[in-house]
Amino acid sequence: MSMMSKHAILEKNVILLAVAAVLAVAIGGLVEIVPLFYVKGTIEKVGSIRPYTPLELEGRDIYVREGCYLCHSQMIRPLRDEVERYGHYSLAAESMYDHPFQWGSKRIGPDLARVGGKYSDDWQRQHLKSPRSVVPESIMPRFGFLFHTPLDTSDIVAKLKVQRLLGTPYTQTDIDDAQKDITTQDTDNADGAADLAKRYPGATSRDYAGVANKLTEADALIAYLQMLGTEVNFKTYDDKANIR
Amino acid sequence: MSIDNIPHADHDIDSFTGVSTTGHAWDGIKELNNPLPRWWLWTFYITIVWAIGYCFAYPSIPLINGATTGFLGWHSRSAVVQSLDALQASRGALMQKLAATPLDQIEKQPELLNFARAAGAAAFANNCAPCHGAGAQGSPGYPNLNANRWLWGGHLDQIYQTILHGVRSGDPKGHQGSMPDFGKAGILTKPQIEQVANYVRSLSGLKTETGIDVAAGGKIFATTCAPCHGKDAKGNTTIGSANLTTKVWLYGSSLQTIENGVTNGHGGVMPYWGGRLDPTTIKALAVFVHTLGGGQ
Repeated sequence: MSMMSKHAILEKNVILLAVAAVLAVAIGGLVEIVPLFYVKGTIEKVGSIRPYTPLELEGRDIYVREGCYLCHSQMIRPLRDEVERYGHYSLAAESMYDHPFQWGSKRIGPDLARVGGKYSDDWQRQHLKSPRSVVPESIMPRFGFLFHTPLDTSDIVAKLKVQRLLGTPYTQTDIDDAQKDITTQDTDNADGAADLAKRYPGATSRDYAGVANKLTEADALIAYLQMLGTEVNFKTYDDKANIR
Repeated sequence: MSIDNIPHADHDIDSFTGVSTTGHAWDGIKELNNPLPRWWLWTFYITIVWAIGYCFAYPSIPLINGATTGFLGWHSRSAVVQSLDALQASRGALMQKLAATPLDQIEKQPELLNFARAAGAAAFANNCAPCHGAGAQGSPGYPNLNANRWLWGGHLDQIYQTILHGVRSGDPKGHQGSMPDFGKAGILTKPQIEQVANYVRSLSGLKTETGIDVAAGGKIFATTCAPCHGKDAKGNTTIGSANLTTKVWLYGSSLQTIENGVTNGHGGVMPYWGGRLDPTTIKALAVFVHTLGGGQ
């Protein structure tokens, strides 16, 4: 009775109600979110994860711009059928340099977390231009325009700086050479390919979209797709080490 | 309007239903204080008990060094390993037999062959069909696997190696080498390319253009193309050069397609599946492809 009449004070004072609501929600946040930052089971260091190259980062931005995440997830859950179909379940560390992550929640199309290297560049080109020519039952829209839209790289330096601000360990060289790295990575037998692969282990340089002498949005997107999920060598990765 | 919602002796009894009211009244409309349905209330209590039990059974409450592990010892990572093991077990003895049987012995055992084909068909649908087609019928640039024409060899072990290491895949053991761009590189002129393309069409009995010196195309073929495709144009599976005398065409048989190929070259890529699939699955795939329609 008396408790309930005190409740009336809350209900009649909108500012007090707001403060109390924030407090109540904050407790939920503290209990559910804060432990994720220190509980060992949620933090797994996987050495081979590297930041995106500038070209891959541009590709990722196109992926986000075109809303690929609306139909494609990038998160293989530790469930039998997913592991059977897509490969090893996703590790949290694999999206540690994703700001924001692209886990997604819809699978109108297949999961793309390990699509890198699953198909050839040729296939990716053909599939982007005309999805139904390779997968007849596909309902994916055509993205042929990416092949004649030049890639706008004018703000790549700023993009890398923002990523660094968010905690992605780009070095000063990475940022200074960003423009050059984009050209290098989109060229067959490029001179700087070795240097690029040194700073971004596993990064391969080739003409991704196959549009002669032209840097297109398709180059960036295919470069991004072809590296997805390829950074961890699961033949040497120890599953059990993280069961704790 | 009253905030006080506790039923009270002095609250009105609704004359129509005989139920007491909560004391809430809006514009003369009063709220009845009906009790909650019993089934609902009990379900509610049971869920609370269930939740408490669940918290003890499964990982739940985050503490300083880690979350509570729960007395069932469940962990999402060990759970998936267990369910994959169970899957292997359900596939049973045949899967183990497939893993243990040498590649060339599988097709001699009907039961094992059936099993390998079924396992191969499933893996094919997921991994191979996007390029080679659902029925392995191929499409321009992606070989038809039913036709018994093999770029890299149609023997079981050759198919196995091709799947394992891929074609121009970046795997050092994968098939290498590609058809050069004779036109772009300036090795052949445009009229020469027209001649040689017509000659190539003539090899499989296709019509040639009138007014083209097909014989001259043959001479160009003998010097420029024969080193890879062979003097008889029947191809060479050790370097993946196509047999040009059949009616099976990887990129198409039109004059334009052939001229385009000679001008710009070809070098299709097949990924290496050794990095993605386990050896037994690749074995099953090799048997599946080998028994599709061709297979040497």
